[in-house]
Amino acid sequence: MKAYKYVGKPIPRQDVSKVFGDAIYAYDVKLPGMLYAKLVGSTYAHARIKRIDYSKALKVPGVIKVFTGEDFPFKVGIYAADRDVLARGKVLYYGHPVAGVVAETPEAAEEAAELIEVEYEPLEPVLTIEDALRPDAPLIHEHMEEYRHASFIYPRPGTNIANYLKLRKGDIKKGFEEADVVVESEYREPLISHAYMENWVGIARVLSDGTVEVWSSHQSPFAVRHLLAASLGLPIGKVVVHHTFVGGGFGGKAGLLLEHIPVLFSMKLGGRPVRLELNREENFLFMAQRAGYLFKMKTGATKDGRLVAHYGEYYLDAGAYADYTVNIGRSVGFVPTGPYEVPNIHVDSITVYTNKVPTTAFRGFGMQEMHFAFEQQIDQLAEKLGMDPLELRLKNAIVPGKSYLPTQVRVREDAGDPAGTMKRAAELIGWGKKPEKPDEPWKFRGIGIASFWKGPVQPSNAASSAIVKVNEDGSVDVLVGTGEMGQGTIYALAQIVAEELGIPVEKVRVAPIRSTDSVAYTWQTVGSRGLFSEGQALMRALDDLKNQMREIAARVFNVFKDEIEIKDGKACVKGKPWECISLAEMALGYTLPNGNAIHGPLIGRGSHVPSQTTYLDPETGRGEPKPFMTFGTGAVEVEVDLLNMRVRVLKAVTVLDTPVINPGLALGQAYGGAVMGISIALNEELKLTKDGRLLNPNFTDYKVARAGDIPVEMVAEFLGVGQKNAPYGAKGVGELTMLAWPAAIANAIYNAIGVRIRKLPITPDNLLEAIKEQRPELLKELDKYLLGGE
Amino acid sequence: MAETITIRLKVNGVEKEVTVKPNERLLDVLREKFYINSVKAGCLRGECGICTVIMNGKLVKSCLVLAPEADGAEILTVEGLSRPGKPSVVQRAFIEKFGFQCGFCTPAFIMAAYWIVENMPDASEKEIKEILNSVICRCTGYKQIIEAIKYAIELKKQA
Repeated sequence: MKAYKYVGKPIPRQDVSKVFGDAIYAYDVKLPGMLYAKLVGSTYAHARIKRIDYSKALKVPGVIKVFTGEDFPFKVGIYAADRDVLARGKVLYYGHPVAGVVAETPEAAEEAAELIEVEYEPLEPVLTIEDALRPDAPLIHEHMEEYRHASFIYPRPGTNIANYLKLRKGDIKKGFEEADVVVESEYREPLISHAYMENWVGIARVLSDGTVEVWSSHQSPFAVRHLLAASLGLPIGKVVVHHTFVGGGFGGKAGLLLEHIPVLFSMKLGGRPVRLELNREENFLFMAQRAGYLFKMKTGATKDGRLVAHYGEYYLDAGAYADYTVNIGRSVGFVPTGPYEVPNIHVDSITVYTNKVPTTAFRGFGMQEMHFAFEQQIDQLAEKLGMDPLELRLKNAIVPGKSYLPTQVRVREDAGDPAGTMKRAAELIGWGKKPEKPDEPWKFRGIGIASFWKGPVQPSNAASSAIVKVNEDGSVDVLVGTGEMGQGTIYALAQIVAEELGIPVEKVRVAPIRSTDSVAYTWQTVGSRGLFSEGQALMRALDDLKNQMREIAARVFNVFKDEIEIKDGKACVKGKPWECISLAEMALGYTLPNGNAIHGPLIGRGSHVPSQTTYLDPETGRGEPKPFMTFGTGAVEVEVDLLNMRVRVLKAVTVLDTPVINPGLALGQAYGGAVMGISIALNEELKLTKDGRLLNPNFTDYKVARAGDIPVEMVAEFLGVGQKNAPYGAKGVGELTMLAWPAAIANAIYNAIGVRIRKLPITPDNLLEAIKEQRPELLKELDKYLLGGE
Repeated sequence: MAETITIRLKVNGVEKEVTVKPNERLLDVLREKFYINSVKAGCLRGECGICTVIMNGKLVKSCLVLAPEADGAEILTVEGLSRPGKPSVVQRAFIEKFGFQCGFCTPAFIMAAYWIVENMPDASEKEIKEILNSVICRCTGYKQIIEAIKYAIELKKQA
């Protein structure tokens, strides 16, 4: 990558208020006269609501009102509007909110909530994918045919299927006939939680002119605005969503969260501000989590190591509301294999309702899960072929400009460098060298590799825009709708502005706290799309601004526009560095020596839509789903301790193909993504009782990685292979950094002890189970070291 | 619980008497009576550690301290570490080494870092991790936080 002054440099992020304590999150927002809401959760996973008695609750001093489902007889949602505001008629999961109290203090709301009596008639809960698909399974959504849904979603009313996606490429029968080796396996992942640190909170009020104002912990202010307006029938121009700092999202705060609840409560209470703040337990119970998965895969290759066929049945356990997860079902369905060309593919991706907590987007959008399965298919094929797994990967890696996507469209020539990431990751992990053997005979080390690809999964017309305003002192305000939830995209955008205009980065402000009525539109802050999408809009806004600067300077110096160059925050006549006007001088227009003012304030504007993406064919999935893909490879060295059945990641290597705007921010994503991915691989699972009650809604029992759990060594590299239309070639990395780990760790465990891991998380219990099934002799061996042994 | 009691706290050098309910958490007293914005609730049961402050020279989780227990105590939060425009070495290190992302847990990590820099300037990486184990960060993967702490120790030694 060419050397730039700001782009590509680890410039400290601008949101230093986070280290001084004055950063404002939705959690910190309080309004005068604010009321407090509290929700009452169901105590059954599936039951009819017979009676709700809230007479005692109303007697608690300070209680204003109790709402139940019948107060709000409509559904809300994004891709499949299947969500009740409060449960109506039936509860669909343990914790399903059945009533909401509004009171003058949080204490009164809490006391009243405890006094609400609900009588249920329990129904049979549907708790597994297999049970949900039984022909005689109880129906979770009895009136699915009435639900509003996006045109590209295919629900099956009368079943528990929320979406059915078909992908057909080539001739699957012929493909398997050509295959010399075939690997068939099933893989499972449980429901897990985003476990962001800021529990969800939302505050809403309705002003006397009908304006609905919302402050909430969300990723995408414009999606919240759109979905509130669409779901509640509000004029969109009267809905204002305020975006504050967000205490972590990871997909869990994409789309519409529970904002409609305080909005509706406020609307029914004369517009008074209502705050709904979830505590940690409620956040596990009421907020949507990540879906569970079952992958059935059959993959074939020829003896010279060519992948020729892939058959898959992919099932997503979406919980009680599949609103967002139906689109993840599409995501894993239309990118059903790793970053390889497979000529013949037949995949069905089926998103299924169960009586569990609702699910939603999660960093990776299904791609970590799909790669966990597919990248182990690759290693298993390699073993059967007697081939090095790296070699098999390199043989089949997508070749930009030549290979075809599973959706039958050619991969663009500048899409990236899949093979390059494989080779470099292998080098960095020491591929081919046997890991050191630990002294303790019950410890084993192995290395594993997993490659991946991903692009954003978005509507074909997902738009972005940007506005650049120049202030009187030559500083610049950038208005974009990108959410700031820690990833720091807006600060990377600031570096681009500084580079393009040649002004110090301190003079560029991208306000982290802003509102939908005062910044430029963007569809959502998801899918690692912000840098690419808002980045392109911003580049156009800067072109527009620079063009205006040239026009002004051309007139002042009486030259043609193309004789003006933009440098160091000035518009100068080429070759005459003394004939310049600075940004400050023309910020509000330029005043000529005779007093005539020209042009007026400088405002650049730019838009972007991914104009090359299309709808996918409903029968084959054919089409262009994504404006870009990012490629990468992760590699690990692990140590398996058979005495305590624990797996430790000693070294984690990330290699991505894309260049980066700020290596400090990008490395932060790489390390954070690796630790989250390792935590998911080894620890994380929402555990349910047999009747569907959540057992671990807290951080004692839902274990996320802590400082002591991280790999001894973490390395990340970015190869700098960019896509032409991306700003400075750079594509976002937030999700990409998390995709490899469960697969790479599972492959490394096989390398260490010859046991294949097909179920997450790799807890001591699950590891022991896999060893007992596949290599019981290892346990026998172990007896020698126990209790003195032989 | 209608009764109230009066306690005296010195928060970031400012001493004040406040009336609290005996079952109030130090966390809420700091936020509501002393307007300390940096202290956040994450779990209210001592698991996540993001409400960590320094009380009488020790790292405590302010959700687990009842207001009466804090009577007479000296409390330090990130607001007390710096003067406007003059970050402490720990804050400077977190900024320069990308030691934060979403920022919700950051005040807690900065207090833990400050405590390490003040009390264990020769801490090994293992010891740093042991102390940091009491606070969860879901964004950073901890590496840049640990790097920031090592850098802060170095800056302090240079000063």
